[in-house]
Amino acid sequence: MKRSPPLTAGLAAAPASAGTVSITIPQLKVAEYHRPYVAAWVEPAGGGASRTLFVWYDIKKTGAEPGTKWLADLRTWWRKGGRSLKQPTDGISGATRAPGTHKVALPANLKPGQYTLYVEAAREAGGREIVSLPLAIPASTGSASGKTELGAVTLSR
Amino acid sequence: MHMKTRLIAAAALIALSAPGLAHRGWLLPSATIFSGSSDWVTVDAAASNDLFFPDHRPMPTANIKVWAPDGSEGKIANAATGSVRSTFDVQLDKPGTWKIGTVQSGVGGSFKVDGVEYRLGGRRGPGGPGGPGAPANPNAPRFVSSVDEIPANATDIQIIESSGRNEIFATAGEPTTTVFQPTNKGLEMQPITHPAELVQGEPAQFRFLVDGKPAPNLKVTIIPGGKRYRDGDGAFEVTTGADGIARVDFPEAGMFWLNTSLADKSPSAPKATGRRMSYTATLEVMAP
Repeated sequence: MKRSPPLTAGLAAAPASAGTVSITIPQLKVAEYHRPYVAAWVEPAGGGASRTLFVWYDIKKTGAEPGTKWLADLRTWWRKGGRSLKQPTDGISGATRAPGTHKVALPANLKPGQYTLYVEAAREAGGREIVSLPLAIPASTGSASGKTELGAVTLSR
Repeated sequence: MHMKTRLIAAAALIALSAPGLAHRGWLLPSATIFSGSSDWVTVDAAASNDLFFPDHRPMPTANIKVWAPDGSEGKIANAATGSVRSTFDVQLDKPGTWKIGTVQSGVGGSFKVDGVEYRLGGRRGPGGPGGPGAPANPNAPRFVSSVDEIPANATDIQIIESSGRNEIFATAGEPTTTVFQPTNKGLEMQPITHPAELVQGEPAQFRFLVDGKPAPNLKVTIIPGGKRYRDGDGAFEVTTGADGIARVDFPEAGMFWLNTSLADKSPSAPKATGRRMSYTATLEVMAP
C-alpha cells in the first residue's frame, strides 16, 4: 500500500446521484503511515447480493506484488463481493486517498429500498475497521463513526 | 504416497489408527485467502502434541500433494525439513481453491504359523528386527514384508488396512469447489460451507463420507491453535448427523485443527480383516 497519485479512474464518471456519502479518513500520528485501502458497499436490508460502491487501493502497483495483493485485508468486503470483481473495475476502483473527508456519489440506479451501507478500511502496518449504517433509497441522511481507521461516515442528499 | 496400498512402519500405523495416542500431524498455511494473482502460500508441516507448536517431528514433504483448482496436479517448492518441522511453498498461480496435503494408506498386522507370531510390515532395514544384520534373537518378532508372504496355513490373521488424509485449503480470488470432489475411497470431508467462508459466529457445515456415502455418528474433534497462551486446550467435539454433516460453531477466529477417525470391517486391501481411517484438516476462521 504505497503512496499513490491522486484518483484518476472511477467515481467522477458516476451517473447522477441518489445521494452522497462522505467518508473521513483520520489523520494518524504514527511513525509509519500508509494510506488505507478503503471499500464501501451496500447490502439489501432483507438480505441479498451486495453491491460495491468503490474500492480505493494501490491501483498502479504492478509486478510480483501488485496492489491487489492486499485487497483481502479488507476481509469482509473481500468475502461479500470484492473477490468476484475484476480489478480494476471502471467506476469502482480508484487510488488510495489521503486523510480528510471524501465525498462519493451513490449510484443513481440504486433501486428504492432499505439497505445497509458498509465502509471498511485496512492500513498497511496498521489496523482494520468497519463502519455500517442504515441507508434508505431515496437517499436518507445519517451518520456513523469509526474509532480507529475511519472517522465519520455521513449520508446526505 | 498415492492411493496405492503400501506396507507402513509400525509407528506410522499407530499414528494413522490411534490419534489419541500419537502426536498430531498438522499442516499450517501462512494464510488461506489470497487476492493477488500469483501469491505464495507457505506451509509448516509437523507432528506434535500442541497445535501449532512444532516440538517433536517434522512431517516428510515427499508425500505432500497439491490439487490445483482446475483439477490438475500442482507442485510444492522450496521444501526443507528441519529437526522439528518441515516447510514448503505453493504458488497459487491459478485462480480458485487449492487443496494441499497427504493421502496415505497401508496395511499392517499379525498372524501365526504353528503358534509362532509373525508381523506384517515393520522395519526390515539393516539392523532392524527381522532384517539383515539383526541380532540373532530367537524371541525377536518375525516379519514378512507383504501379504503375499502370508502362508496358507496361517492362523489368527489380523491385518488392518489404514488410511489417512491431512489437508489444507487455499483460495486465490473467487472460491471454487473442484478439489472437493470425493474419490469415494475411505474417509473424506466435503465442505458444505466453503473453507474460504469460515467466519466466527457463523455456523459451518462439513459432510463426512466413507467410500462416498455419508458417515453418520462420527465424532469430529476441533482444536484451536495457540494452546500455550491459555489454560485449556479449547478442544470441542461435534457428531455428524444421519446425513454425515457435522455442524461447527467456531468460537473464535484463528486456525483450527479438525480430526476424526473411524474403524470398520470393510477393507479394500487383499487379506485385510479390518480398516482404520482418519481425516485431518487445518481450517482458518476469519473474524467477522
